[in-house]
Amino acid sequence: MMVSTARRTTAAPGALRDWKFWLALLAVAGLLVLSIVTGVADLGDGGGGSRFLALTRIPRTIALVLAGAAMAMSGLVMQLLTQNRFVEPTTTGTTEWAGLGLLVMMILFPDASLTVRMVGAIIAAFLGTMVFFAFLRRVTLRSSLIVPIVGIMLGAVVGSISTYLALVTDRLQNLGVWFAGSFTSVLKGQYEALWIVAVVAVLVFITADRLTVAGLGEDVATNVGLNYNRIILAGTGLVAVATGVVTVVVGNLPFLGLIVPNVVSLFRGDDLRSNLPWVCLLGVGLVTVCDLIGRTIIMPFEVPVSLILGVVGAAVFIALLLRSRRHA
Amino acid sequence: MIQLGKLFKDYGSGTSIGPVDLEIPPGGVTALVGPNGAGKSTLLTMMGRLLGPDAGTVVIGGHDVTTTHPRKLATVVSTLRQENHFTARLTVRQLVALGRFPYTRGRINREDERIISESIEFFDLGSLQNRYLDQLSGGQRQRAYVAMVLCQETDYLLLDEPLNNLDMRHSVHMMHHLRRVADELGRTVLIVLHDVNFASHYSDWICAVKEGKVVEFGTPEEIMTDETLTRVFETPVTCHDGPSGRLAVYY
Repeated sequence: MMVSTARRTTAAPGALRDWKFWLALLAVAGLLVLSIVTGVADLGDGGGGSRFLALTRIPRTIALVLAGAAMAMSGLVMQLLTQNRFVEPTTTGTTEWAGLGLLVMMILFPDASLTVRMVGAIIAAFLGTMVFFAFLRRVTLRSSLIVPIVGIMLGAVVGSISTYLALVTDRLQNLGVWFAGSFTSVLKGQYEALWIVAVVAVLVFITADRLTVAGLGEDVATNVGLNYNRIILAGTGLVAVATGVVTVVVGNLPFLGLIVPNVVSLFRGDDLRSNLPWVCLLGVGLVTVCDLIGRTIIMPFEVPVSLILGVVGAAVFIALLLRSRRHA
Repeated sequence: MIQLGKLFKDYGSGTSIGPVDLEIPPGGVTALVGPNGAGKSTLLTMMGRLLGPDAGTVVIGGHDVTTTHPRKLATVVSTLRQENHFTARLTVRQLVALGRFPYTRGRINREDERIISESIEFFDLGSLQNRYLDQLSGGQRQRAYVAMVLCQETDYLLLDEPLNNLDMRHSVHMMHHLRRVADELGRTVLIVLHDVNFASHYSDWICAVKEGKVVEFGTPEEIMTDETLTRVFETPVTCHDGPSGRLAVYY
């Protein structure tokens, strides 16, 4: 009975009813516990330990969860909107735009609060991503590798502008700290803005079916009565908010949005609604592992998580390229 | 009924489509034929509001495609383009289910599941329904796409060269299924065809397009003549009585 109904329904089995999902959830939960207890300070050390816990360890772990899920989800949404497997915030220039927005805000309003900086980063990320999408509309071969290459080039140009601005205004060090995405500076009172991405996640879940249809292109979307441009705008807005917030609070997390959605798609196809919990979970798992490696590899010092992600991501990126070549 | 009123699209530098005035009767299969670049696909995509015309009107089943609410229109007419390169990895069933989108906005209920199953069975895709599209052959994938627009349950189906890249067997299969869509389900099928002989055998009406204008509209018997086809395709064509309708020979 169970088998026959499963075969006759359309949606992939919901993640919450899948034992494999619970197993993965348990594994990631284990990683998070490991993340909480890993560090130079001894948590059992009288009263000092619990203060450390509340001040850095727990905020850091929450930040890992939110940022990991946000970047993996942003990658997934962008891949659907562009119909290109190799697109994510760091291969489209979105992150660099967010960085530029952040820098401009710091220059114009040196005393600005975190919120103001974030708004600047979000607006810049949105505009930059729309520039990229506008370019994409002129490209006929959307699945081609030209798309991420142009995105990376665009990102490099924007990054150069940021570096120039930073040099001129003597803020190169700020920029360097931002660019090396790291959870080192996540402290109580400085990471709470990350909760915004939880709201974004809910909105992505609500619009999941529309985004899936948009992932089949403008013609299919129009055919079933959807306003394609409106979905593109909404999706870009969600990605911009997630990327902007993560960029300001944590920094640059390369390749996360590339690896996770592709791996999930490989195993589960592209039904966005049933994939979202998986993508978020694996995003959290990957960023937590990389953060743990970064924290322990040269203890008591730390390697920025973006460095580890860059190494892992580049390897997976090349593996994906080779694989898609074989299939093409 | 599909009514085109002075439908016009300008591509600049002397290339334009229309103005076209045309009435396509409801029911049956109507084939759009004509030489390459005649504007068949452009006409079809303008009818399916995937391409905005520069002037003129398209009225399908009493609904003006430019003013009707997109969601309402999606329950009246469905369009399948020729090139479908989906990067998203969906199963056949998930793809076909997208046809229900105008009704469900993604929340599929039991009734929708039944219609999805029917569409899948109609195109003999039952054993393939849980396969991913990239695991199918070209012919199977093409059937899945058409099953998707069938699942949309519109009175009008517009298909742009669904026989593209299909071999003889699969082409015959596809046309046989589309004939059944018209005869058994009472839908109106408008289809761009490359091969006039397929049009002759499987369609009720043939609409010949040349240089952006509709030059002939009639039954296969009326269109399948030496004079008409030679004029439309600008190559010598002779028509002969075959075992099942008129056949054009052009080589």
